[in-house]
Amino acid sequence: MAWQRRILRVNLTDETCVEEPLNMDWAMKYLGQRGLASKYLMEEIDPLVDALSPENKLIMATGPLTGTMASTGGRYSVITKSPLTGAIACSNSGGFIGAEIKQAGWDMIIFEGRAPQPVYLYLENDAAELCSADEIWGKTVWQADEILHTKYQDPLIRIAAVGRAAEQGCLYSAIVNDRHRAAGRSGVGTVMASKQLKAVVVRGTKGVGGVRDPKAFFKATSEGKKVLSDNAVTGEGLPVMGTQVLMNVINEVGAMPTRNMREVQFEGASKISAEAMHEPRESDGEPNLVTNAACFGCTIACGRISTIDPQHYTIQNKPEYIGASGGLEYEAAWALGSDTGIDDLDALTYANFLCNEDGWDPISFGATVAAAMELFELGAITTEHTGGIDMSFGSAEALTKAAELVSAGEGFGIELGMGSKRLCEKYGHPDLSMTVKGQEFPAYDPRGIQGMGLAYATSNRGACHLRGYTVSSEIMGVPVKTDPLSTEGKPELVKAFQDATAAVDSSGLCVFTTFAWTLEDIAPQVAAACEGSWTPESMLAAGERIWNLERQFNLAAGLTRADDTLPKRLLKDAAKTGPAKGMVNRLDEMLPLYYESRGWDVEGVPTAATLSRLDV
Amino acid sequence: MLKALQLEPEKCTGCLQCEMACSYENEGVFNPSKSRIKVFTFHDEGRFAPYTCSQCSEAWCLHACPVEAIVVNEKTGSKDVIEDICVGCKVCTIACPFGTVNYNADSGKVIKCDLCGGEPACAEACPTDAITYVDADHTGLERMRAHAAQTVSKS
Repeated sequence: MAWQRRILRVNLTDETCVEEPLNMDWAMKYLGQRGLASKYLMEEIDPLVDALSPENKLIMATGPLTGTMASTGGRYSVITKSPLTGAIACSNSGGFIGAEIKQAGWDMIIFEGRAPQPVYLYLENDAAELCSADEIWGKTVWQADEILHTKYQDPLIRIAAVGRAAEQGCLYSAIVNDRHRAAGRSGVGTVMASKQLKAVVVRGTKGVGGVRDPKAFFKATSEGKKVLSDNAVTGEGLPVMGTQVLMNVINEVGAMPTRNMREVQFEGASKISAEAMHEPRESDGEPNLVTNAACFGCTIACGRISTIDPQHYTIQNKPEYIGASGGLEYEAAWALGSDTGIDDLDALTYANFLCNEDGWDPISFGATVAAAMELFELGAITTEHTGGIDMSFGSAEALTKAAELVSAGEGFGIELGMGSKRLCEKYGHPDLSMTVKGQEFPAYDPRGIQGMGLAYATSNRGACHLRGYTVSSEIMGVPVKTDPLSTEGKPELVKAFQDATAAVDSSGLCVFTTFAWTLEDIAPQVAAACEGSWTPESMLAAGERIWNLERQFNLAAGLTRADDTLPKRLLKDAAKTGPAKGMVNRLDEMLPLYYESRGWDVEGVPTAATLSRLDV
Repeated sequence: MLKALQLEPEKCTGCLQCEMACSYENEGVFNPSKSRIKVFTFHDEGRFAPYTCSQCSEAWCLHACPVEAIVVNEKTGSKDVIEDICVGCKVCTIACPFGTVNYNADSGKVIKCDLCGGEPACAEACPTDAITYVDADHTGLERMRAHAAQTVSKS
């Protein structure tokens, strides 16, 4: 078995750290990570609790393949109730700390209560200790990382931390690990800071052993790696271009949300694309991109390591931003750039550095700035509100100033930190918030990719591309090509993607593998590592079980069918250009069929028969 | 033909597959902290570098060992630690100028790269060919070829 079979329960109120056995009956049904931790959350908290109260819990969970040699086997997820959406939150991160938690001998850490004073957790194998965070509270993630590394004199400790944004209550704060990987969405960092927990420091030297059938495991993982390296996307597109390979592609198909989703194509896309990141710049002849980088165990290595043009206005007299650090991924480049109408690659890279440095979600931030820019254009927000910032679309200065203010939790940054839903409501234009369940959209316009509209509307954590990435099928033809402008077959397609993704997210593997892998490639790896009978079919069933469990949480938290919708703009205002010109998203055609295919009633509630079939 | 590990840092992505392969081959667990090969990250430069024993011809560790627990493997040329003889005195870890011999507190012995008896698991696992196992007399061959190609393209 590749589970460590141990949970660390940290009660922050009582300042205790207690070991308990992993519930293996649940592991057999929910696998690990996203699924298993969602089960724990569902059983342990009332879904109606205030997300920022001590009654909420925060779970850092690994999967059975985390910390093994399976390619991309380094993932962990943070599961809690979201302060941004009020729904269940599950944010997945790579880097190295997930594997380190597992190497230290734990499957998950459950944080409960609230510390009387700011603390951090130091975890070295079996020894867990809560320490005073006096030295690092009020510091950025990068400062905290440096202080802790200096303190422990151990270059091999792994650190996850929240920044100043989370401390100041920014509702889309992230938990940043290994300096620039993040559990980024839904405000999981805000919950962590509300518990007065600044950081988690881990050193694991016990390793992951006990793989059920080592010979079969090496065979299955080796075959899987070959599939990844032979695939055009995972073997070449992602390592060379990163997720930014999508920028020009999505712009061409007319699904690039632009200027708060008023338009579907961005004239400046090529300037902020993967190709632009490879171009030598004038000042020093160096390209933005330094290298690609891998997370733990990943043979794809899509990560971007970038530098900012040393001559750029954003970093004059700021030597701390001169070196290389985590660069633009597609979602960040889109949200910070296309959605705000800004084509200054270095300004976007700077804002991206700040999002890592102080821990906030670049998607929600960029989309909130975009909404603020539209409110500014309408005159609903003026320079009086913004503290003098001219929030015009296309202004790089507005973006980078806003980023600095959100990082510090100061001035207009406090309002931007509420997210676009609350901002637009406050200034009298709720329809201008491009959100579902209060969470901002990612980078695929659902007028040009119909299935994504349904995926957004029904995502259990609010608008999200990673819950059912039908872009794979609708644009890239993986595993089969479907017409992005048609709604036909999309309810079933969305359901299939959602269920499979829930299984992948519960295994310890990265969802990016699914550009090349199906459950046919993944199940043998899980089966060789774990007890139980793991086949493509049983994994898909586990995925469906997990999806319904999350739905149950949200219904119990007070969400209803009315929350499974899209902003009016996407349902009423037709795309102005590109292949989807003249089209809106036809959610109303898809949603009833989706409920039906899920075995839910017309109100979107799983029927008793469905729950019984899935053994939720 | 004697072979040697060739390390090319510019190809490394920092994924640690080599460390897991090494630890599993030698310890039976996926455990980078027990790996004989280490990948170092130079964050601000955006660089990664795998590093391990280069199997010195006149090995400091071998000469320093007071109980002759480090011997030359006739087949591969590697300098191997004979666990039954090693007394864990750590003199070899001091003698090695490169830091590639290390003490393993769990076993009370030292550990170092032994080329896995001629089939190094790290090279097998490396997805980018940053670690390869090549003719020991021609570890520079690929770099020579790359530079030769440049001279061809310039002329």
